[in-house]
Formats: sequence, C-alpha cells, structure tokens
Amino acid sequence: MDIGYYPGCSLTGTAKEYDQSIRRIFSELGVNLIEVEDWSCCGATSAHATNHLLSLALPLRNINLAKRQGLKELFIPCAACYNRFVVAQYEVNRDASVRKEIENILEETIEADIRIINMIEMFEYIGKDAITARKRKDLKGFKVAAYYGCLLLRPPAVVKFDDPEQPSSMEEIIRLTGAEPIEWSFKTECCGASHSITNTNIVVTLSKRIIDDAREMGAEAIIVACPMCHSNLDMRQRNIAKVDAQHRNMPVLYLSELVGISMGLDREALGLNLHFIDTEPVLSRFSTAIVTKE
Amino acid sequence: MSSHTAIKSKENMTLAEEIESLYGIDVWRCYQCGKCSAGCPVRVFMKVAPNKVVRLVQLGMDEEALKSETIWICAGCLTCSTRCPQNFDIAKFMDVLKEIAIKRGIITRKDAMNFHRAFLKQVEANGKAFEFGLIRDYKLSTFNLFQDMDLAPEMFFKGKIKLFPHKIRNREAIKKIFNRTNKE
Repeated sequence: MDIGYYPGCSLTGTAKEYDQSIRRIFSELGVNLIEVEDWSCCGATSAHATNHLLSLALPLRNINLAKRQGLKELFIPCAACYNRFVVAQYEVNRDASVRKEIENILEETIEADIRIINMIEMFEYIGKDAITARKRKDLKGFKVAAYYGCLLLRPPAVVKFDDPEQPSSMEEIIRLTGAEPIEWSFKTECCGASHSITNTNIVVTLSKRIIDDAREMGAEAIIVACPMCHSNLDMRQRNIAKVDAQHRNMPVLYLSELVGISMGLDREALGLNLHFIDTEPVLSRFSTAIVTKE
Repeated sequence: MSSHTAIKSKENMTLAEEIESLYGIDVWRCYQCGKCSAGCPVRVFMKVAPNKVVRLVQLGMDEEALKSETIWICAGCLTCSTRCPQNFDIAKFMDVLKEIAIKRGIITRKDAMNFHRAFLKQVEANGKAFEFGLIRDYKLSTFNLFQDMDLAPEMFFKGKIKLFPHKIRNREAIKKIFNRTNKE
C-alpha cells in the first residue's frame, strides 16, 4: 500500500524517534510511505499567531506538491502540522476569496481535495486486523493513559475527528497491543504547547497536572501522538522535578512506539533510547528481541 | 459582513468592524457567558479573562484589547472555540488581535513576538524550522542565555538538535510566500 507522508520539521529533529518508529512499523506492515518531495514547514504556531495568510499559504504549498506527486492521501503524524493542513484546506474550500488570495500568492491553482490522515486514523486506515496479525507480544497488564491533547480534536467542525470532549479512538488502537488504557480526566487538556521556551512555567504547570492525574488514575506511562505533547511531557519532567520534590518519572511513549513494542521490535530501532525519561522501568518486563518476519 | 462596515475605509473602522470586514469574525456573537474563560487552561496566567477581551472590543476599547497580555498568553488550544455556545471562534479572535496589534506596533509581550520572529526567520531562510537557530536568536533577544542549558547538550547528543539547518531546494517559493503575505 502506497501512502503520502509529510513528516514535518519536528520529526526530523526533536521528535526523530516518532519518525523512526513510524517508518519501522509501517515497513513491517507493508505500507510504503512516500515522502512529499521538497516539503517545507507548515508555519506552526508562529505563522497562525502572527500572519493568517502565511499560515494558510505554507501548508497549501505542501498540499499542492503532494497532489502533483499523484498522492491521494497524506499521512501527517505531527498533530500540530495535521491541524494546520486541515485548517488551511477547510478555509480555502469554504471561502472562494481566500482561495483566490492564496492562489495568487502561490501562483498556482489549489487542489485541496487530498485526504489528510492523522496518526490514529492511519492505524484505522490500514486496519485493525493488519495490526493484530503482526502482533508478537501481548502487553497485557501495561496500564497507560491515552493523551490526545488539543490539535487532533479541535476545532471539531474542521478536523471532524472523534469526540472533542470524550475521545476513544486512541484507546482502541492501544487495546490491540494488549495494553490497558485507564480512565482519566486530562486526555484533552492542553500541555502548554509552544509556550515551552517562552513561558516554561506555564508548560511546567499544565504538564505536571496532566502527569499527576495520569499517575493518580493508575497509569504507568502516557501515550501521545504529537511531538509537542511529547517534548513537553517528557523533557519538561526535568523542570517539574525541580519544583516538585515528590515528582516521580512518568515515561511518555508515542503511539507508534507502543505498537512497535507489541510487534516485538527492538527498542533502539523504535528510538526509545532517545527519550529523556527512561522507558526501561515500565518496559523491561516485555522482552525486546526482534522477531523476524515469517 | 454588515453593510455599514463595507463603506468605511479601514482607518475609520473600529477594531470590531476591522475584525469583521477582514476576518469575518463578528464580535457581537459573543453574549458574555464566560464559558471560554471557565475552561481556559491558561486563564490563571492572564490578568484579563478571554471573554473580557471580547467585551473590550465590543465596547470599543480597542487600545486596551490590543494591549492586553491575554492575546499573547493564549496557548491556541482551541478549548474555548470548541465549547462556545455561540460558535464564536475565540481562539481565532485572539490570533487576529495579535496580527492587528503587530501591524500597529503594539507588542505587549515581546518575548512571544521574538520567539515567533526567530521561528519564522528560519522557515523563511531554509524552508524548514531550525531549532538551533531559533533558540540562539530567541535567547539573544531575551538575554536569558542560560535558560535550558542543562537540556541542550543532551538534545545535541541524542541528535535532536542539529548545528546546521536542512534547507529545502525551492527556497525561492518560500521567499515569495513570505514576501507576498507580509504586504499590508
């Protein structure tokens, strides 16, 4: 199966284990990820917070590149990029004058009918049976908190994905691995997102609340599908530990890593060694030998 | 768009009229229930609650609205827009107010603006984000060089931060996008 792939900037740097685990598991699952040629940044928060037209033109350049490459679906694992693409597509499809304006900026017509797929939808798209068929390890007893954050779900009228207040799609993927999603109250709360560098105290406060609730409800790890959520929840635990002497480490795994572990893939191949919070204490009970394809 | 806003020139418009005519956001949709502020995860970091910024614009207190730190503290999590019973996109309203404040040179939170500038500078030059350049430029702008210095070496050794940017081939296309969207 061929499918378009837009990794986005984070996955080439701070979230390289997300990219690494995605490429590894989808090659196992027989999915051929076709990277958008010469893709560029979506503009992220800095574009949409300061310049509306720029925030639409940057994703739409990439949508046009993907279309020209003949791609019909575009898998975007970064929740933030995914959101910017879906919003840009929505805006030009809704408003002919905005479309004209962006077409003038790009000097090309926009064909925004490509299907954009987030990380959870990607698993749904290739099929739960395919994931189950490739499972080599049952993660029974591994209690995890499914954390969606903001940008996969909101705004609901635009992303049209799951329930914005009580989502459950990630839990369904988690259950395929044998791991057990817990019930908790913070799965759609914000981690502070792009305030990480400018207002670290905001991120520390919000991320601490998320981690504390996950632990209180019995989670051993938090599962995410967003590089910003990951860096705030994983890396910023160093800062949380400085303000809270009682803080205990909470491993944060990408959904792709969790699925990879259930496939019996090597932890380094999945990039788990690149996290700030060691995942070994919660994963050591699941043996990690690579299972060769039969 | 209401007819009376269409005939006014931009200079004579109130902020509410400008927001409606340029961005299609009608501030009068908001009836001040306060649900946005109740669910806002960063409300405690703000002096003025989100719904009160909308009220300032409704009352024509444009300067106060554009000067409020609230528009810069908004994390863009979209919880407010999702829950608004009037379908008023308050998160977009916050973005629009920042954009207008920038155009008028009213930048209350220079730290946030410096971050955005540093981020977009790298995108404009390389076509992609470049964390090392972003953090270097941002830190130089804040004079807070030692913040996060404990995390930096580990990021580098894990290969999460590179010393040189990855440049896309068609940087001309990106330059063009930046030039054309920066025009007033």
